Amino acid sequence: MRKPENLIMMIGALLLLVLLPCLNAYGPPDSALHVSDYTINLWGKYLCYGILAISVNLLWGYTGLLSLGQCLFFSLGGYALGMHLMLKIGKLGQYYQAGNNPLEMPDFMVFMGFPELPAHWVPFHSFGFSVLMVFVVPGVVAFLFGWLAFRSRIKGVYFSILTQALTYAASLMFFQNKFTFGGNNGLTDFKTMLGANLNDADVRRYLYIATVLLLIAVVALVKWLLGTKFGKVQKAIRDSENRVLFSGYATTSFKLFIFVLCALIAGAAGALYVPQVGIINPSEMTTDKSLEAVVWVAVGGRATLLGPVYGAIFVNALKSWATTAYPDYWYIILGGLFVLAVLFAPNGIAGLPQQIKDIAVGWKRRNASSIEPGATPA
Amino acid sequence: MSSQVILAAEGVNKAFDGFKAINDLNFYLDEGELRTVIGPNGAGKSTFLDLITGRTRLDSGKITFGTGVGEEITSKKEYEIYRMGIGRKFQTPSVFTEHTVFDNILLGLKGHRGVFHTLFAKLSSEDSDRIEDVLKIVGLFGKRNDQAGSLAHGQKQWLEIGMLLAQDAKLLLVDEPAAGMTDEETHKTGELLLSLAGKHSIIVIEHDMVFVRQIAKKVTVLHQGHVLCEGTVDDVQNDPEVRSVYLGRGKH
Repeated sequence: MRKPENLIMMIGALLLLVLLPCLNAYGPPDSALHVSDYTINLWGKYLCYGILAISVNLLWGYTGLLSLGQCLFFSLGGYALGMHLMLKIGKLGQYYQAGNNPLEMPDFMVFMGFPELPAHWVPFHSFGFSVLMVFVVPGVVAFLFGWLAFRSRIKGVYFSILTQALTYAASLMFFQNKFTFGGNNGLTDFKTMLGANLNDADVRRYLYIATVLLLIAVVALVKWLLGTKFGKVQKAIRDSENRVLFSGYATTSFKLFIFVLCALIAGAAGALYVPQVGIINPSEMTTDKSLEAVVWVAVGGRATLLGPVYGAIFVNALKSWATTAYPDYWYIILGGLFVLAVLFAPNGIAGLPQQIKDIAVGWKRRNASSIEPGATPA
Repeated sequence: MSSQVILAAEGVNKAFDGFKAINDLNFYLDEGELRTVIGPNGAGKSTFLDLITGRTRLDSGKITFGTGVGEEITSKKEYEIYRMGIGRKFQTPSVFTEHTVFDNILLGLKGHRGVFHTLFAKLSSEDSDRIEDVLKIVGLFGKRNDQAGSLAHGQKQWLEIGMLLAQDAKLLLVDEPAAGMTDEETHKTGELLLSLAGKHSIIVIEHDMVFVRQIAKKVTVLHQGHVLCEGTVDDVQNDPEVRSVYLGRGKH
């Protein structure tokens, strides 16, 4: 690995992990050094998207599998933790306080006329079980889908379309009230997690720090993975799957492994996203969300270690600004950005320094060669 | 010279939408033999290799691999067949362009190929030595740290042959190695294949008759998915039937 990248990672990690939270906790409220609670929360959200983008890149950039359904796994992780948070509302729920919810069910269940808490909700009273499900549910869905798809040799654009169909079908299911996950409103109005008030600034800061730690862990994992022989096989599958197959590797197992791993990463990101944003609903798993994640990767730099994180932060910061300044044009801006990145910056933001260097070197050389003939003194 | 048969195909048939690509094919290859297979376009040469390597399933007949009582390979998967010791070089060079020449050979290297094994595999010094040996055999040692994508066409072909050697493939299936090569590269490829014969059994599919003359001891002519005749280059070239279907069409 090149040294500047390590340096950037160290500085970035310190900045995100230490400086930002410290300025939030100890910075005098009126000074320019203060980082507001809102900013911390916003960055927590961006970084969750960054982790999601890493999972997209690990599939698309390094294995050649363009998954257009990565938000499904993100949402499934989010729902798994969201269910626990719903049950922890308990006596603070509006219907309970009004006296017509003695079973302490989530409010939407009372509203929709559920007689009792559905059986599959019951174990989510336990935090440990819910965290386990954050990984198990996306993992199992990815395993089943991946096993069927890869075994049938579904590749390229067909794979992309199928992943898109998968997440679309799932969103339709989750939109239904009968599916017991709150229909189009989803899960929201969370109060506490592990006894801590989720609206408390300190708690939000801890959630943010947890997100940074997860990000660092995931970056380290990907970096390690790419250095192993597995990483070499993975990139070889991207470049010439046939050759890998005829070199004696069962490519199906390799693709399945990486697909499940990416679902676990996305699920974990979703689980940290939900308590920080305070809501999870089926619109998070619609196809355009997954497409946006692909744009983050393209803009940030496909097949680069940190590019997806840069892309997720940059595009979402732009979105925060554009959706208030030019709400009608956001999708046009997003599409334009994608086209520009593909045409003029194939390695994205992460590749820009090298690209500028190359241009400068080329420019210098051209200048030097045009000067040479006339270099003799008169 | 009565060595043992290593590959036997008996009564093999394969049709695509009614078109008989392979038609009652019988083919035997001895251990250590270098066999050249020629035939006009559509004769079923590449399909035959597809059947051996498991890329395509045959309709009827059987293919066995191994000396003595051969093991049936007709229902095995690509990677299983490869692990038995059958390596294939494709017609168009297919190497891992984004990997170094060294890593290309590394990926071909004999050994475990499971997901979890590759996660924790370490490069031993024997592995490095073996990779360097292979690179010397195919003449790419000096290029070991280059990206495979930067190699010349001929060098890519040699690299791909090197990947098969790294696997210690008993049987090498080489599909049109000389296609697109300069005369010098073609000649070098011929010498490489000749030096490998004996240690490996080799089937070469080729169109270029100069190249065939250089390497061939025994030639098999395929026509319409069937063996038309077998013999030395001279035998084959003088066979009136062969001349009419293949050589007589001006291809020399």
